[in-house]
Amino acid sequence: MNRGASSRAVLGLRGVALATLAVPALARAHLNSTGMGPVYDGVLHFMLSPEDLLPVAGLALFAGLRGDAQSRRALFILPVAWLLGGLAGSAASATSGSPFVSAAWFLLLGGLVAADVRLPQGATVALAVLLGLSHGWLNGTGMGDVGTAMPALLGLTASVFVLVALASALVVSLHAQWARIAVRVAGSWIAASGLLLLGWAARPR
Amino acid sequence: MSVRRPFAWARWALVGPAILYAPAALAHVQRGEAAGFLTGLLHPLSGLDHVLAMVAVGLWGAQLGSPAIWLLPVCFPIVMAFGGMLGLMGVHLPGIELGIAASGMLLGAAVMLELRPRLALAASLVAFFAIFHGHAHGTELPPGQSALLYSVGFVLATGCLHAAGIGIGEVRRWTWGRSLLRAAGAVVALGGVFFMWRALS
Repeated sequence: MNRGASSRAVLGLRGVALATLAVPALARAHLNSTGMGPVYDGVLHFMLSPEDLLPVAGLALFAGLRGDAQSRRALFILPVAWLLGGLAGSAASATSGSPFVSAAWFLLLGGLVAADVRLPQGATVALAVLLGLSHGWLNGTGMGDVGTAMPALLGLTASVFVLVALASALVVSLHAQWARIAVRVAGSWIAASGLLLLGWAARPR
Repeated sequence: MSVRRPFAWARWALVGPAILYAPAALAHVQRGEAAGFLTGLLHPLSGLDHVLAMVAVGLWGAQLGSPAIWLLPVCFPIVMAFGGMLGLMGVHLPGIELGIAASGMLLGAAVMLELRPRLALAASLVAFFAIFHGHAHGTELPPGQSALLYSVGFVLATGCLHAAGIGIGEVRRWTWGRSLLRAAGAVVALGGVFFMWRALS
């Protein structure tokens, strides 16, 4: 290629780049809907809701610290409980979640991770059931009737499954002491966020 | 003849991602859900008095070694969150600014003098000062923020400052590093003196 053709090609590329930058597309500043259907809306809802995301991460970290047997149970029980809670919630009238409940879950799960408490398997299962039912219920109440809510709940449940699988598998694989301490530090941050959330909920208005 | 221009690829490597990087345009402030995470994340970084004290916790933890290296940075955010909770609830604490300045002075001095108290004493000292920092953050929260996102950002930034302190503190492995660490402690202590003078004036 001669020099003239090369510089024309570079100019053309720059023109395309500038035109791309200048296209006045819609801002799409509100990520309420993916535009890809209710399943993906459910996935997105979970990913953008720290009040759901952090307790699930907390339980996954805790189950991971307790080993592969407890992780396996949390992996399957939490999403099932979440789906059941969501279905029950969608059949009920709309309610709004209390920030005190969210703060309590943050404190409980974050505290368990930070303190590396050695709970028996049954207790971890009970935590997974309670967390799934309560948060699933709150998700479900805002999603309309069961028929409408089902696809979004499936997306949400799948996200819960994926997060628990990734986080708990990561923690189970950690053997170095510093790495397990890092997990406990993450737990303490979840608990600290819960304390601040508690203060926010209890502040005088 | 084609002329090879060195680093031409590097320019495109910068321009390409810049074009593709498309964050959400935060064009509209949603009711009660303003940019809480970023505000929380930037809040502990916004004041040098907070930054110095939080980095000093990491430095001191690194200097003391295990288990203080992880216990102090765990202790500080939790107790700081408790202080933040008191601030949010409107519980008045006297001498907040003095406490924050004193934290820089004493934690900096501890690093400078390589003090090695018992773990419980070190943790109690760090926890005591964390209340002042947390309370200041709690009372300075701007309205219209997402409480949870603010809290998460706030705790994350604090943890990162401790981690930065621990990272810097790892120079203790070398002889020159120990001297450098003590010098860093002196800088923190001097910063504390400055903030104390400002709080009293």
